[in-house]
Amino acid sequence: MSAFSYQRRGKQIAATFTGFEADLLRSLAAQLIELLHDESALPQQAIDPFEAMLDFSGPTTEPDDPVLARLFPTAYRDDEDAAGEFRRFTEGTLREGKTAGASAIIAALEEAGLPPELEEDGLIIDVELDRAEAEVWMRSFTDLRLALATRLGIEEDDEDFWDQLDDEDPRGQVYGIYQWLGYLQETLVESLVRAA
Amino acid sequence: MSAPSPVELDEPVTDDLTVTAKPWVTIVWNDPVNLMSYVTYVFRSYFGYDKKKAEKLMMEVHKDGRSAVSSGSREEMERDVQAMHGYGLWATLEKQG
Repeated sequence: MSAFSYQRRGKQIAATFTGFEADLLRSLAAQLIELLHDESALPQQAIDPFEAMLDFSGPTTEPDDPVLARLFPTAYRDDEDAAGEFRRFTEGTLREGKTAGASAIIAALEEAGLPPELEEDGLIIDVELDRAEAEVWMRSFTDLRLALATRLGIEEDDEDFWDQLDDEDPRGQVYGIYQWLGYLQETLVESLVRAA
Repeated sequence: MSAPSPVELDEPVTDDLTVTAKPWVTIVWNDPVNLMSYVTYVFRSYFGYDKKKAEKLMMEVHKDGRSAVSSGSREEMERDVQAMHGYGLWATLEKQG
């Protein structure tokens, strides 16, 4: 299984993916980007460009989608007004940051040779990241894992339930991807600690 | 610890001062997804805490369900909470209890 490792000589954090793995990562990142643009994420498009430029407002209520609600939690538990204000000023920026992170993963995979459509068998994608890039990947892996976990309904200490699912169960397959991302994440954190 | 002898002591005002100076706290809540190593990494790299302190706070989150990871003015805590959300940690802020 692919993993990240710290290359002492070049001071880079590297991983080798099969074409299939790289294509899967790209597809997960693309889905996250799509989700991040859903709902009234960004200020509503004003028709008047002058008004549009003056509109700094963002959303004030928690997103309906449970994944978005987890990615952008309510900051004040007992003060709805303060929570709304916090959201108005932060959620747009946070969405942009998370979108940029997922986009960086896609760009790096494609730069490393992942074609727009994966056709070739036996394709190998070597990724080399500096520390700053690796941090971006690490954060984005967190977003991807939170998204999958929310969709699956993962809870504390429920590994046994997921492990005993039938091979044919699509939830088990998604859980496999979630675990794979967790393993990549763990090796990425270890590499970043070693690179520090 | 031994009890101090009853000599003249100044009013212990330091606690009050601390509370006035740092009235808000950032709370990080446990979630079933984030890895222990990752949470520790975030506490070290964002707050600049040493390994020991970062691990202690991480274990508090893990075992107690929540931990106050920083304190300061409301504006500072809003900045920390926003940063934690950027890292995918579930964070809130509240007045120091």
